[in-house]
Amino acid sequence: MSTDNTTPSADATIDAAEVQALRERVDELEASLAELDDGDDQQKMTIIATQGSFDMAYPPLILASTAAAFGWDVVVFHTFWGLDILHEEKSKELKLSAVGNPSMPMPNALAALPGMDSMATKMMQKKIDENGTATIEELIDLSLDQGVDLQACQMTIELMEYDEDDFYDGVTTGVGAATAIQHMAESDVQLLV
Amino acid sequence: MSSEYETTETLDVKGLSCPMPIVKTKQAIDDLEAGDVLEVISTDSGSMSDIQGWAEGTDGVDLLDQVEADDLYTHYVKKTA
Repeated sequence: MSTDNTTPSADATIDAAEVQALRERVDELEASLAELDDGDDQQKMTIIATQGSFDMAYPPLILASTAAAFGWDVVVFHTFWGLDILHEEKSKELKLSAVGNPSMPMPNALAALPGMDSMATKMMQKKIDENGTATIEELIDLSLDQGVDLQACQMTIELMEYDEDDFYDGVTTGVGAATAIQHMAESDVQLLV
Repeated sequence: MSSEYETTETLDVKGLSCPMPIVKTKQAIDDLEAGDVLEVISTDSGSMSDIQGWAEGTDGVDLLDQVEADDLYTHYVKKTA
């Protein structure tokens, strides 16, 4: 660790002030290094949830609650139709779209008939129930319990003319894209759903 | 098989699917003391890989063993810290 054992051959004398300046610089660098090492090795994840259909509500919530179980710091930023996932009433009425869904065992012309979305949703809900898959509400509760920050985009709240009280207790409101960007920049994993 | 480990508590997540076995395991581990062993009984075949991944990625837990028998997947997780 000694710093004074290299003597340049051409100039054997080192200015005391120069040494002092170097020592100060080393101290400075060591301090900023210690700051970087501040033990903050917690992993972070940001998910941007933009979709409000029944099937698209699941992936962000499943990933968020699982990452929280790993002890990660998780933010899910809900914007546009993704906001409906956090809306206490609307989250219970999310629909699966039968039209344009290649996994549906029916042609689009049939899928477009009235009542088809509701039917497809009911079928999916039944399967989910039989499979022991959690409901959307359960996943929201579970996520909030584990400290996941579920954020509702303020701009979309106003756009959709929702009220802050419409959302589940514990949902963060009054946040915008800048808040999301900030957390994304610090995150190890960023996802757009 | 289970007699190999001094199990402190048993968590029954039979019938539940992803992500519940992981989330419930994490919550149960939080309530235990260091040195305790949690036995998790699941019917979810995905829990074999998931519990392993979770244990590897989580500080303070050690996966002692995983046993598959009669469509039941049993995991032994020790809280180390």
